[in-house]
Amino acid sequence: MPKIKSLEELMKIKEDAIKDLKLRQSGKRGKVIVAMGTCGIAAGAKETLKAIVDAINEFGVDDIAVVQSGCMGLCDVEPTVEVSLMDEEPVIYGNVTPEQARRIVEKHLKNGEIVADLVVKRGEV
Amino acid sequence: MAAVATNTILICAGGACISAGEESVKDAFKDELKKFALDTVVSVVETGCMGACNLGPLAVVYPEGVFYQKLTPDAARKIVREHILKGRVVEEYLYKGPEGEIKPQAQEELPFFTKQVKIATRNLGVIDPTDIDEYIGRDGYFALVKAVKEMTPEQVIEEIKASGLRGRGGAGFPTGLKWELGRKSKGDTKYIVCNADEGDPGAFMDRAILEGDPHTVIEGMVIGAYAIGASQGYIYVRAEYPLAIERLNIAIEKAREYGFLGKNILGSDFCFDIELRIGAGAFVCGEETALMASIEGERGQPRVKPPYPVQSGLWGKPTVINNVETFANIPPIILKGAKWFASIGTETSKGTKVFALAGKIRNTGLVEVPMGITLRELIFEIGGGIPGNKKFKAVQTGGPSGGCIPAEYLDTPVDYESLKELGTIMGSGGMVVMDEDDCMVDVAKFFLEFTVDESCGKCTPCREGTRVMLDILEKITNGEGTKEDLEKLKQLGEFISNSSLCGLGQTAPNPVLSTMRYFWDEYLAHVEEKRCPAKKCKALIRFVIDHDKCVGCTACAKVCPVNAITGEVRKPHTINDDECIRCGSCIEVCRFNAISKVSP
Repeated sequence: MPKIKSLEELMKIKEDAIKDLKLRQSGKRGKVIVAMGTCGIAAGAKETLKAIVDAINEFGVDDIAVVQSGCMGLCDVEPTVEVSLMDEEPVIYGNVTPEQARRIVEKHLKNGEIVADLVVKRGEV
Repeated sequence: MAAVATNTILICAGGACISAGEESVKDAFKDELKKFALDTVVSVVETGCMGACNLGPLAVVYPEGVFYQKLTPDAARKIVREHILKGRVVEEYLYKGPEGEIKPQAQEELPFFTKQVKIATRNLGVIDPTDIDEYIGRDGYFALVKAVKEMTPEQVIEEIKASGLRGRGGAGFPTGLKWELGRKSKGDTKYIVCNADEGDPGAFMDRAILEGDPHTVIEGMVIGAYAIGASQGYIYVRAEYPLAIERLNIAIEKAREYGFLGKNILGSDFCFDIELRIGAGAFVCGEETALMASIEGERGQPRVKPPYPVQSGLWGKPTVINNVETFANIPPIILKGAKWFASIGTETSKGTKVFALAGKIRNTGLVEVPMGITLRELIFEIGGGIPGNKKFKAVQTGGPSGGCIPAEYLDTPVDYESLKELGTIMGSGGMVVMDEDDCMVDVAKFFLEFTVDESCGKCTPCREGTRVMLDILEKITNGEGTKEDLEKLKQLGEFISNSSLCGLGQTAPNPVLSTMRYFWDEYLAHVEEKRCPAKKCKALIRFVIDHDKCVGCTACAKVCPVNAITGEVRKPHTINDDECIRCGSCIEVCRFNAISKVSP
């Protein structure tokens, strides 16, 4: 760790640290909910969850919380992922493999486009 | 960076939660997360004291901010399985209000949390105290950069003076003025010292800050050193605070690594470093001249002032000594400006004060409130009032150096001046609440016992005088006191206040004098009627069984350790007063409320 000499260097550390802190607090742009019921986990939700977390890091999306939930009743299309952004109807995606999870993060979370081919349902479950 | 965690479980690792079993709860969380392969995506962070110590062990699960209380390892496992894995909040460990209503986001809903204004404790329960980056993420060390890069030492002092910050250790000396005196004092070497020798019974705000946010104290000290021109700092912390010491050591090392301590801080010419000095836990070492003697390796005894430490302190050099909480206030003042700080509080007492609530109060723990809040708000709204439908009797502020405040002054605003007018002091912020069951003579005796124990013995008034006062109090509580004793007690108290060498002796009579001032009737009852109105003093009470209520269940006779209770089965029992030792065990086991305490 080189010694800090300027405000800019300190700011850099703050920005990195804020990413960690932000995820902890509520009051974000929205959240991604990965269904982690028995059915979801059996269908590979753990890998999906990990892929989402990795992709979020990779694309620098820092204002989205990743949350796990239980089974939302769509067991046949597990793993399911719900993207719920502020002032937007929640979107539920089904059959989300790690590859598709990456697409969701890049397209929906980063660029704001819904990944139409994976959508199972719009609106509250 | 490690994988971003999806949920974060913040566990309160303040001293109170640790003794309530925080470690086993943390281990249970970690084990269970591992079992479900969630240990890489859910992080468990130990943080500083969240303040609600009576509800510990505590944890908050983010991002939702669900507040769990009174956790056990089983509870932790359940929260992982239900909340983390399935998204279902585990209701049985949520905070419940007085009517049993459930409050999942207690930190945003309860007056205990919402009525607080957090400046010195802003990071407690929010960051990991062992991670300097998290401190920086919450604007940590930005004040230092601002001070060193953009301000002259004089400007820093002006800012602190304009903020109106006063010493949080008790006496309330203006911090900016102290720094200015330190700056102007001539000397090639100057020192800055953090007084972390917190010793009042029932006060633990300094410990909580050191354990929960050590960097804010370090940053405050470095800014202070820059302002007065000190090259070396010491944190004098008591050995009874091992966790605070551990976290301070980590923090100091990290601050050195980042260049906030050491040579050429932030690339400037300014050099400053901090060392810890561990005190052996003598109360008198919180007195600044005794503290300095202890740092120098001498016996911890006070000396006459003047010269004051800013003139001739450690090894004869100019030394500025501030309290932990005072330093914790410095970074926000520099960053947000004196005006912002001065807008909080009252005319003469600016900003906030951290209080440790203890005694007969529902929400024991740590709170930070704006100066000027009334005692009623503090005790009844934030503190939740007195448990068990008992009546509020008095509150002791300032520990053994302070005095008590009775119910008629509950609407007094809390600031340095108003408390002084009532015959007590702000002190370091301990608040011990007493209810109708507490005998004020007994309370005064308790605090005096403490000062008698802690008197260093250097000056006669304190060493001999407090001892004699305690003997008189013992005589009174034993029912052998006379009216002359009360006069003697008062005279002696005033004499000791005026003639003792240091603050310990000068303030030692305060608990006695203030209880005499407000509860004179109670003293008189002890002396003239040999009666203890609160039924606390053992020599003045008797235990009696109401023969109409007693069914002769024999429970009391079985539990009595001295076999003082006699009677046949199914017939009313009787207590033999000569043998009774007034332990109260019989009252506890009686299911018919047949036993009561009487004082003649």
